[in-house]
Amino acid sequence: MSLVGFTLLVGAGSLGAGFLGSLTGLGGGAVLVPLLALGFGVDMRYAIGASLISVIATSSGAAAAYVKEGYTNLRVGMFLEIATTCGALGGAFLAARVPSSWIAVLFGIVLIHSAYLSSRTPTPDAGDGTSDPWAKRLRLDGSYPSTSGRRSYHARGVPAGFGLMAVAGALSGLLGIGSGAIKVLAMDRVMRLPFKVSTTTSNFMIGVTAAASAGVYLNRGFLDPGLAMPVMLGVLLGSMAGARVLARARTRLLRIVFSLVILLLGLEMIYSGLTGRL
Amino acid sequence: MRSPGWTDRRVDAIIGTLLRVGVIISAAVVLSGGGLYLVQHGSTVPDYRVFHGEPAYLRGVSGIAKEARSLDGRGLIQLGLLLLLATPIARVAFSVVAFVFQRDRTYVVVTLIVLAVLLYSLGSGGH
Repeated sequence: MSLVGFTLLVGAGSLGAGFLGSLTGLGGGAVLVPLLALGFGVDMRYAIGASLISVIATSSGAAAAYVKEGYTNLRVGMFLEIATTCGALGGAFLAARVPSSWIAVLFGIVLIHSAYLSSRTPTPDAGDGTSDPWAKRLRLDGSYPSTSGRRSYHARGVPAGFGLMAVAGALSGLLGIGSGAIKVLAMDRVMRLPFKVSTTTSNFMIGVTAAASAGVYLNRGFLDPGLAMPVMLGVLLGSMAGARVLARARTRLLRIVFSLVILLLGLEMIYSGLTGRL
Repeated sequence: MRSPGWTDRRVDAIIGTLLRVGVIISAAVVLSGGGLYLVQHGSTVPDYRVFHGEPAYLRGVSGIAKEARSLDGRGLIQLGLLLLLATPIARVAFSVVAFVFQRDRTYVVVTLIVLAVLLYSLGSGGH
């Protein structure tokens, strides 16, 4: 395949991944690495490096819009970023030492888990309640805009949420994904923050988390410009288009279909890892 | 919150703009580098099946800046990727300043820790 043809094909695939990722809220990284590794035969390390770059681009682009809406809790995000960036740094160091086949299997497990998570409905907002002593000290409680003015909320389970965030960071650094699903889980289920606050703050954190491991990937020579270029531009354009369409699309069916695709990709990654094809 | 010019809402708005501008600039640099790269290397056949690792001059800030200045397509793309990496780092650095003006000492420390991890990763992470 010629260079121009390869670049166009990878760009088109990334466009599709970014579009579906933002339309379904599941993120483009989940399908991008399997697409590059299984579809284009790209070495896992290059695929993960390129995916990380696209994660930073889409997260920063989307966060710009969310932050202005006033849902994002910057203090919660900043505090938990200590956990995610340290985890991401550890994950990136591990990525160089662990065989690709293991990473493929772990990737598959994470994909199946996020397919399972997306099939569940969000919990209703917890509303008021007592807050954690840590939340008080760190001023994590906040408020968000609702139809009846700004509603305040409290943060709970801070140490457990912090721990889960370190895991999310490590997976992000090891697999080149945003691991938004686990970040939302930590804030929404463990810390009992409102769902919309959890998703926008997670999006806000993803870029910083990915940047912590991308630096290591760059220094190790895992970031190939020829591959990262079509991936970054494709995913960025795709996710911007997805966000435009999102307002009028009925995404329920799409989410189910996309979850199934992720489930199948997860099984394929595990199979490929176990049989040594990756 | 204590200093009227640095409300949380205004900090949010500035951070939003900063992120957007960073992404636009880096995408523009990657796009122009990509165009040059395809012109300069159009006849080669890409092979990413076997991992070789990037040459040393595409791994660090000074090497990338040198390649980009000589208008090498790969170097220019890598410069765009560096600018993209710098965007969340700039966001965190700005937050340090904002928390200083808000006299929020706890969060100055929190944000400085995050900034230190990011700079460590970019600077010497691979060695």
